[in-house]
Amino acid sequence: MDPRPAIELRGLARHFGERTALRQVSLSVPTGATLAVLGQNGAGKSTLLRILATLLRPHAGAVSVLGEPLPKRAYAVRGKLGLLAHEPLLYRDLSGRENLRYHARLHGVGADRVEELLKAVQMYERADEPVRLLSRGMVQRLAVCRAVLHKPELLLLDEPRANLDPAASELVEPLIGRATGATRVLTSHDPRAALAEADVVLALRGGRALFVGSPAELGESRLNELYG
Amino acid sequence: MRTVVTVLRKDLLLELRTLETVPAMILFSLVTFVIFHFGLNRATIAGQLAAGVLTATLLFAAMLGINRLFVAEREQGGFDAFLLAPVDRTALLIAKAAALFTFLAVLEVISVPAFGLLLLGPSLGPPLPGLIAVLALADVGLAVIGTLVSAIAVHTRARDLIGPVIGLPLLVPALIATARATGPLLAGQGHTSPPGKWIAILALYDLVFALLAYAVFDFLLED
Repeated sequence: MDPRPAIELRGLARHFGERTALRQVSLSVPTGATLAVLGQNGAGKSTLLRILATLLRPHAGAVSVLGEPLPKRAYAVRGKLGLLAHEPLLYRDLSGRENLRYHARLHGVGADRVEELLKAVQMYERADEPVRLLSRGMVQRLAVCRAVLHKPELLLLDEPRANLDPAASELVEPLIGRATGATRVLTSHDPRAALAEADVVLALRGGRALFVGSPAELGESRLNELYG
Repeated sequence: MRTVVTVLRKDLLLELRTLETVPAMILFSLVTFVIFHFGLNRATIAGQLAAGVLTATLLFAAMLGINRLFVAEREQGGFDAFLLAPVDRTALLIAKAAALFTFLAVLEVISVPAFGLLLLGPSLGPPLPGLIAVLALADVGLAVIGTLVSAIAVHTRARDLIGPVIGLPLLVPALIATARATGPLLAGQGHTSPPGKWIAILALYDLVFALLAYAVFDFLLED
């Protein structure tokens, strides 16, 4: 693991009107490490991922991603990160192959990478069907392909295994798992599964950082308090 | 340029698949001609009246396309996916304007001959090249302003209202210039080329709004 930080947050805050989604969040994630972001619904997990993805501006504090300060140098980071969000970011009336080819062209990636990924997630046979006709699990597999098309250095994974059965989870593991070598930020509805993958843990409640540290330091009692 | 082609191709493919926008625009224009036919209680019209009816109908039909221009991006995450790509954001403006221009061209290929059959007194044949030139210039303005307005409206809850409320006042000068340039062509008095003054105004209007759209479009995509 490269000790240089891939992500650095200092006093990050973000509001939506009167509501504070994140306040005074500070942490550092080394390059190649996995950050698990834990918290109940509405804790600010997705907001944090969208800020790191350059899709939301921080309202206070300093954010640095892959060595570039955000939002000032956001353009230098785009293309180096892959976002797997709640929404698959796929057009429902286009086929999986058409969607992936569209995204591949935006990222300057060749069509052969699309075919390689479709085979990897076993969607090759159904790649020409409109996305709206596919099951949620199949759409999620395509969304994983979209997120990793350009081999990003930073993977932002919001509930990456949602809608995936165990077999499908295994299929996407080489694409979004630790073996990719990418720095990863992940949220999960299953905190214990997220902790098993994590090097650094950020526990959020009401937008505040309750805990930042290693999974071992978090402990069962704090975990129960967080989800209690 | 590669990004513009990529986004434009995707938009045209989506429209071909769904047929949600252009057929509605065409149907709207045809129904409007029929309404004018009975509302004016005249078998045929010509000159400035014909130009006004044609231009206003095309403008209102265009609003349907403008309202839907960014809907797929908003509802299916296309904005986020585009913003994550290492591409010039102006490409989205150009591609969307080109898509809207294409939709308007298809609309006019069908609705202008229909207008000639249903309402227009004089023959469409002789002034057709001039009419195409005027409508092409008008379409550029509609496409640029429509894209700008649609990008603003799509982020609001009342996007179906915001589009016309912002768009129509901005398009009034284009409507006036287009109607004035088209009037002599539809008078049936042998005019085959539109008045230069109104063509120049239309071209200037297109240029000003193209520059304005270029200047502000990036900010519209920002959070």
